Order: sequence, then structure tokens, then C-alpha cells
Amino acid sequence: MFDLDRWREIFQSINKNKLRSVMSGFTVAFAILLFTLLFGVVSGLKNTFEGAFVDDAVNSMIVRVWKTTKPFKGLQSGRRIQLKNPDYDYLADKYESKIDLMTARIFKNFSISYNDKQDNYSVTAVHPDHQFLEKTIIDEGRYINQLDINESSKVIVIGRLIKSDLFGEKLALGKRVNVGGISYKIIGIFSDDGGDNEERVAYIPVTTAQKLYGNNEYLNQIRIGYNQDLNLDEAIAFGNLIERDMRSKLDIHPDDQSALSVRNMAEGRKGVDVFMIALFFIVVFIGSGTLIAGIIGISNIMIFVIKERTKEFGIRKALGAKPSSIVGMVVQESVLITTIAGYLGLTLGTYILSLIGNSLEKDYFIKDPSVSQGLVIGATFVLIISGLIAALVPARKASQIKPVVALRAD
Amino acid sequence: MIRINNLHKSYPIGKDSLHVLKGIDLHIKEGEFVSIMGSSGSGKSTLLNIVGLLDEHDEGDYFLNGQEIKNLNEKKGAVLRNKFLGFVFQSFNLISYKTALENVSLPLYYKGVSRKERQKIALEYLDKVGLKDWASHLPNELSGGQKQRVAIARALVTQPKVVLADEPTGALDSTTTDSVMDLLKDINNEGMTVFVITHEEEVADQTKRIVRLKDGIIISDTINVQRNPVKTV
Repeated sequence: MFDLDRWREIFQSINKNKLRSVMSGFTVAFAILLFTLLFGVVSGLKNTFEGAFVDDAVNSMIVRVWKTTKPFKGLQSGRRIQLKNPDYDYLADKYESKIDLMTARIFKNFSISYNDKQDNYSVTAVHPDHQFLEKTIIDEGRYINQLDINESSKVIVIGRLIKSDLFGEKLALGKRVNVGGISYKIIGIFSDDGGDNEERVAYIPVTTAQKLYGNNEYLNQIRIGYNQDLNLDEAIAFGNLIERDMRSKLDIHPDDQSALSVRNMAEGRKGVDVFMIALFFIVVFIGSGTLIAGIIGISNIMIFVIKERTKEFGIRKALGAKPSSIVGMVVQESVLITTIAGYLGLTLGTYILSLIGNSLEKDYFIKDPSVSQGLVIGATFVLIISGLIAALVPARKASQIKPVVALRAD
Repeated sequence: MIRINNLHKSYPIGKDSLHVLKGIDLHIKEGEFVSIMGSSGSGKSTLLNIVGLLDEHDEGDYFLNGQEIKNLNEKKGAVLRNKFLGFVFQSFNLISYKTALENVSLPLYYKGVSRKERQKIALEYLDKVGLKDWASHLPNELSGGQKQRVAIARALVTQPKVVLADEPTGALDSTTTDSVMDLLKDINNEGMTVFVITHEEEVADQTKRIVRLKDGIIISDTINVQRNPVKTV
């Protein structure tokens, strides 16, 4: 219901009481501004932590080995532990139901050359599942497949940056490159979100590497993608189980962390999850505190304003104003101020967050802070409703005062 | 126009109650110019507040324009005040942030008159009290007499049945008192019922009927024939 006269009354009232209107507006704007910034910063922190996991599969765990540091079963410390194919097959068979993805890794360094260009690169020998565990993105061609493993094919998948180093803009797929003196066919080109270092890598089949470089069954790491149905706690338990099992299989002291360990992404994720939940509760607490402070601010101002205008209301009533018209006028004014101020606070907050952008990522782990529209609109809505109630309660009370009493007020 | 029978009103003061009006009988016909005289505490303001529907009576009957006033809620009271009554207060009670014209047109706003029409009528009434040129001034830019004349224009603008004036000259000097009283007399001469409360003899003397109040009861009710009061009761 649009009533031009009512709006004239309201603008006149706001205009004649600029300080009071600005003050109540400021309270609301400031509350919304703080709310926006708070949630923005937290979303920035969240982005950073989630970004840390982005280039690897979240369900990944890696079995790694070094030298023993404790004697066990008559074996001396300082023994070098070597993973081999039977270990891989043992894990694959025994924990089949809990494993989604699995790959071995053998790390090599080779000079790769094409025509007159050459450079040294990391070459990792892998199984086909490695693509998904490393979140490798195939740009052209294909990844290593089971057939390559079975036939120990001399095929290679190269990173985007190796391709640009050796081939520039020219076609690389299907060409042959020289890897440490042996000719490999390029079957695919990939990219990776993990950064430049992970795009200067080449992948070859595990079996090919074992056959050509030493003719043994050696593996450097075994990487497992556990079943996604496992929750974080089950996944952590599964990692510990594998760790104990492998230590006993390889005759390692059960507590010898330095000889064999399982790096489990689930543990890191669990830590971050706990941290984010704690942060969420802190933010909800502070955020709602800010809103409540804003609400109390408006209520205070409205109570004062209405007290101050009691006599005016008495005059208006003597002249024929119905209580509803007085309540309506005050509420409409309050809601108008809270809406405009809330919008200003919101706009300013979002603007500041957009200015911050990624500039705080390095020092403060705040990446691309932003707030969801829904959240802030919800907060503004809460403030508008509060502005309405804050005005409604005292205004109704004031409008019911007998005119003779109201006229006596000063 | 106004008929009051055996009206009582008391105010609670702590545990006790102060009996202010102790059985008032008053009948005011259309077109009368009545003053209520009395010292402070005599109950005259209470009587005006009840007549003006700004307050409620405890006992007795009150008929305004033939309509019994009983158990009014604020909304009905507002409508009746707007329709039948015009107020002139001792302290003017103009709204400080509104111009003279806006103050005068406010009762019309509550009556639901369109903005254009409001301004036209309000300006007419300002002209009538001789303040057309001051229409766009705020109350604090006007003298006491001018303020009271704006208030009178505001009381008249809805063409009420009765104008109620509570010590209209209480805050004015003698010259402006005369001009305000002249204005009220003019209004009465046009047929409007005027009901004035005062404690000044000179003011009461200019009205046509003087009702004297003391300690909540009417002690005399006389027709005032040009400074020659004749007792009727």
C-alpha cells in the first residue's frame, strides 16, 4: 500500500532529525558490515584450507619406506626397506573391499630429448589408477592403461610444460622422444592443478620401468585410494591397519615410524574439519553477537525517539490521528532506515572483501574472501524485522497513551 | 451540543484517589460562547479534557452532538475528535518541525483530504487569522500571538462543531490576548460553539456565558450581558 503523504511525513521526520536517523542507520550499517567482513574472512580461510587438497584425491594414502631405526627380530637397525611387487599384490588382495584405487610409484630422473631440444625431468612409473589419485587432467590423448602395463609398452604421458619445453606450439602427440637413451611414444599430454612442478613430470607404465631399468620388482611407494564409503574415522583406522600390517610383513619394529609410514589424507582432513567446525561455531557466536548488538542499538534509539515524540503523538491524536497511523508512521520510518543502512553496510562489506581479494593469501591464509548472498540478505532481513519490532513495541505503547497524558509529556 | 449529567472524575494518587469533578451538570447549546472560570485545581482543565475526549470520565453521562460518549477506544476517539472538535491549547502545541501551513493542514490529513485540497483550505484559514504571509514559517519564527492564531486556524480547519480552548491567552500579553479573543468572538459570531477555559476575569468577561467552578462543582452559571452579568441559576 503506497501512501505518498505517509512517505512525505516520514521523510520530513527523518530530515528534521538527521543526527538521530544517521545514528540509528550507522548502528545497523556497522553491524551488517562487521557481519559481512567476518563471514568473508572465514570463507577465505576455508578456501585456503580446501585449496590445499585440491590437486590430490581426498581419499588418498601413501605407503612410504626408508631405513629402519630399531632392531627387530634379530635384524639390525639401519636396514634399507624395499617395497616390491608382492607387497603391492598382497595389499591389493587382502584389502580389496576397502580399496577403490591403487598404484605403485617408481621415481626416476631422465633426460628427455626431442630433436635438438632436451632437459632433465622427473619420470614416475605408475599404474593406471594414478591418474585419479593425482587428479591428473588429460588434455590430449590418453593416460597409461592396463594394456600398457601388461605389455610393458614404451609409452609416455608428458606434462603440459614438458610439451611446451620440447615442442613449443607444435604437435607432440604420437611423436617419439628419447628418454634416457630409450625411445618412447607420447600417448598423452596432461595438466595438473598442483602447480608448475607437477606439470614438468612424465608418467610411464610400472612394468616398463622395472623391465628396462634394472629388471627387478622394486617399487618406491604404494598409493591407495580408500573406498569413499569409509568415513574419516574409519579411513584413519584403515591407514593404521595397513601401516601395522606392512611393518609386520616386512619385519619392521611395530613402532618404527622412520622405516615405514602411511601418509593418510584422512588425518589432515580430519584436522581441518575439526578446525573448520570450531571456527564455524566461533563465527556464528560472534556474528550473532554483532547482530544482537545492532538490534539492541536500534531498539534503544527507537525507545528514545518514541519517548521524545510522545508529545507530538499526543498533538496528532488530539487532531484526529488514529493509533494505527502513528504506529505505522514510526514503524515505516524505522524499517526504511534499517533497510537503507543494511544495504549500505552490505554493499560496503562486499566491496571491501572484493578489494582484499587474494592479497592476504600469503601472510594470513585468506583466499578470495566472499559471502554468500543468501547469508547476508538473511542477516539484513533479520535486522529489518528487528527494526520493525524495535519500533512496533514502543510505538504501540506510545499510541495507547491517553492524549491528555501524552500532551503533558515534555 | 454538549450535555453533561452528574459527571465524576477522580485520579489515583498513590493509594488514595483525588476526586476532581464531583457531579457536574452542564448543557451547552449550539452557537454558545461559554467560559469556565476557576482557580487552579478547581477541575476546569479536567472538565475540558473530558469534553474534548482527551480523557475519560468515571461516572455520569456525556452526550456530544447527541451521541453518548462511553467506553471509547483510542481509534473511535480520534475519529470523533477529528470530526467534531477543534483544540486551542495554552502552550499552542504546534509541531515544531512543520511550517504554519503544514500544522494547519494536519487535521485535514487525518480526515483523509487530498494534499492539494488540504493546502488550499489550510491557506484559506491562515488568511482568515491574518497569517497568510507566514504560511511557510516554522513555529519558532512566529510570535506567541501568531502561534496561537495558527493554532486557532488549525482548530477551525476541519469545521468542527465545537472549539475547545484551554487557557488560550495564558501565555500571551494583553494586546495579543485581545486579538486572540476578538478572533474567538468572530468565530462564535459565525455560529461556532466556543468553549473557553480561563482563570482571567477579563477573558471570561468577553464570553456570553460564564460557568464558575470550585473544588469540582459548579458554583455559578451566568449569562454575561456585556459586562453586566445576570444570575440565571
